[in-house]
Amino acid sequence: MTENNKPDDAISSNPSDQEQIPLMQRVLDNPFLLLVLGIAVPAVFYLIWGIIEITQIPIAD
Amino acid sequence: MAITPPSERIWWRQPIAKIELVWIIIAFTWGLIMFFMMIYWHGAGEQNLSNEAYQIKPQVFAQHAQDMIDEHQVRDESGFPVVHPPAGSDVYLIARLWQWWPILELEKDQSYRLHLSSMDWQHGFSLQPVNINVQVHPGYEMVVTIKPDRAGEYGVVCNEFCGIGHHMMVGKIYVVE
Amino acid sequence: MSSLVDYRTCPTTGLRVDRSAEKLIKANAVAAVVFLAIGGLFGLLVALTRWPAVHFLPADMFYLALTAHGLDVLLVWIIFFEMAVLYFASAILLNSRLAAPKVAWTGFGLMLVGALITNVAVLQGQSSVMFTSYVPMMAEPPFYLGLILFAVGALLGCGVFFGTLVIAKRDKTYDGSIPLVTFGALTAAIIAVFTIASGAIILIPTLLWSLGLVSHIDPLIYKTVWWAMGHSSQQINVSAHVAVWYAIAAMVFGAKPLSEKVSRTAFLMYILFLQLASAHHMLVEPGFSSEWKIFNTSYAMYLAVLGSMIHGMTVPGSIEAAQRARGLTKGLFEWLRKAPWGNPAFAGMFMSLVFFGFIGGISGVVMGTEQINLIMHNTLYVPGHFHGTVVAGTTLAFMAITYILVPLIFRRELVMRKLATWQPYVFGIGVAGISVFMMGAGTLGVARRHWDMTFADALLPFDYPAAAYLMMGLNGIFAVMAALGGLMYVVIVVGSVFFGKKLAEDEKPSYPEVPPASAAVSHYGSSETLRIPGTAFLVGIFFTAFVLYYFVNWKYLSEIWPLS
Repeated sequence: MTENNKPDDAISSNPSDQEQIPLMQRVLDNPFLLLVLGIAVPAVFYLIWGIIEITQIPIAD
Repeated sequence: MAITPPSERIWWRQPIAKIELVWIIIAFTWGLIMFFMMIYWHGAGEQNLSNEAYQIKPQVFAQHAQDMIDEHQVRDESGFPVVHPPAGSDVYLIARLWQWWPILELEKDQSYRLHLSSMDWQHGFSLQPVNINVQVHPGYEMVVTIKPDRAGEYGVVCNEFCGIGHHMMVGKIYVVE
Repeated sequence: MSSLVDYRTCPTTGLRVDRSAEKLIKANAVAAVVFLAIGGLFGLLVALTRWPAVHFLPADMFYLALTAHGLDVLLVWIIFFEMAVLYFASAILLNSRLAAPKVAWTGFGLMLVGALITNVAVLQGQSSVMFTSYVPMMAEPPFYLGLILFAVGALLGCGVFFGTLVIAKRDKTYDGSIPLVTFGALTAAIIAVFTIASGAIILIPTLLWSLGLVSHIDPLIYKTVWWAMGHSSQQINVSAHVAVWYAIAAMVFGAKPLSEKVSRTAFLMYILFLQLASAHHMLVEPGFSSEWKIFNTSYAMYLAVLGSMIHGMTVPGSIEAAQRARGLTKGLFEWLRKAPWGNPAFAGMFMSLVFFGFIGGISGVVMGTEQINLIMHNTLYVPGHFHGTVVAGTTLAFMAITYILVPLIFRRELVMRKLATWQPYVFGIGVAGISVFMMGAGTLGVARRHWDMTFADALLPFDYPAAAYLMMGLNGIFAVMAALGGLMYVVIVVGSVFFGKKLAEDEKPSYPEVPPASAAVSHYGSSETLRIPGTAFLVGIFFTAFVLYYFVNWKYLSEIWPLS
């Protein structure tokens, strides 16, 4: 036991908390990951895809 | 409670009540039905946009319209030329502050390639009382193939705000037998 | 210890309240209500003008009033109130201090100054360009400048919210995961960041263009990016008001979410997909492929709608479970019949839930169907729809939670309780009427944002059917009712904040009744025995209405001219 122990280690050494938190719960508990996803999805599918389509509208002859 | 942290440290593994699960399945399935309905209508339905569009300069579009008017004008009404283009042809409708130009006279059950573009600001092509609504942009030309299936006199209302004269912007389309 | 932070302990909830967060909540809520009053007044003027028999304002004033109405209620009232919700859901519910109160005050100041600049620009008359300000129609530079300042201020507020989440986690002011309501607020904040970024991307060049520094803004690109702000800003509302539903269910009934997992996953669907619905506005524009339209307009196969349908069951379901555990088990609906209908927080919340689902929700999905949009785009159906979501849904929910927050945060007893009992009904039914009759007029083809449905000044005549005039008259009558409900709200809130009996530090407010936390009745593990037949029945009615209305509109569509 050193002073460098991270809080996470302290928690996992507690037997009552041994069970690992499921991946999806960890995702939902991570606001910044959700922030990135919440910006990336509409930016890619709505904005970027949409603007690419606009720029590819052919010029009339 | 919803205003306090979950009472269980690991809530992800809590079982879901059957009634909730049933509703989730129903709602998800309904979403799929609605999603595929749009795709289905592209094949089976008669009301779809072709999404055909071009970038065009307003003066070029105006010239196309003028050529059509010069060639096919049949009469004059309240200062608007009334144009009777041949069935199946390309017809042009100019949106500008605050007119739909010219008046089109179409034949029932014939197809026309309707070209729409604006000379200035955005306008809304709203064909009444059929209630067909599409957006008209400056700098872009949209092509929709229309097939009027009932004879009569139709109004073209502008339903995109385009300044102080917006409410005076009414055009007309005649459909004749 | 955080000795520099000034806390008090809430006598009702036992929560530790950071006084600087409390002050910010107050300031934002007050600013919100002021702009609701201003924007609501403009809305009344708009409705009176569209009432054919009254036709109140001249054309130029009508377009000015409509621009101001959209800005003040759709943006200013709601975002100010959302800032209050964000600070409440982070600092207060997490028992934490607020991160960087000075930044939050700077944000508040920017929002206030921005809102005032834009309002003055609109009132000067040269910026009647509607809320959407579609290029190449140009407003005066201050119009855009004010909006940009407002957006930057709101972004700072979101930053403070995220910062508070970090501090609370680091300081371990709570155990495990954040509360569901805070998670809903997080959803709103995430959508807000995307919204505000989109707004900045498009409004900054537009400001430069109006100053003559940029020569051209493409109208189609402007519109695409603008709606990433314009529509997403309404999705902030949806997330925030769903969080408010859960909060009121918890505070009034001690209700517990049926399943944290299900409710949080439903919010995740919002985070990922709700913002795609910005494409609802682009379905009849030139040049987009149907693939882009269908994927985006359906929120990626209606996954965000799935989220809403889940909340639509779990919120009333959690109330039913709580009520049944309290012994209200007779028949399908004893739990609902004996709900506190005289408590404006509950009445407003429940009407918000019902109207949002039946009026705003169903119409939104139908109108957002790629082809069906052809018979609705830019008709009055559109404002009919969003008055069902943003006003009957969001505004009514925000009004409802105010009745709880004024005693808890402003530490004043509510005044005029009889009036408060009636307020949600007057406002809610008024707004429901506005929505339904505008949708009716839209179905008959009546254009939105239009001063004169008789076309008296047009060179070529056109007449809408007589039924459309009836619809607009009814719309006017219900708008007056809604305005009255709005006035009641403002009077009660302002009256309580300034003249309500001051509560002592340790005194609990007497109204509206909020049960002690121990009343939390439904708990996990009950999923085997969970009985919510009343909710199941209500959800069944909703689903039937949804399916029928959806296919009726395909039938309408099939009757118009063939298009390809």
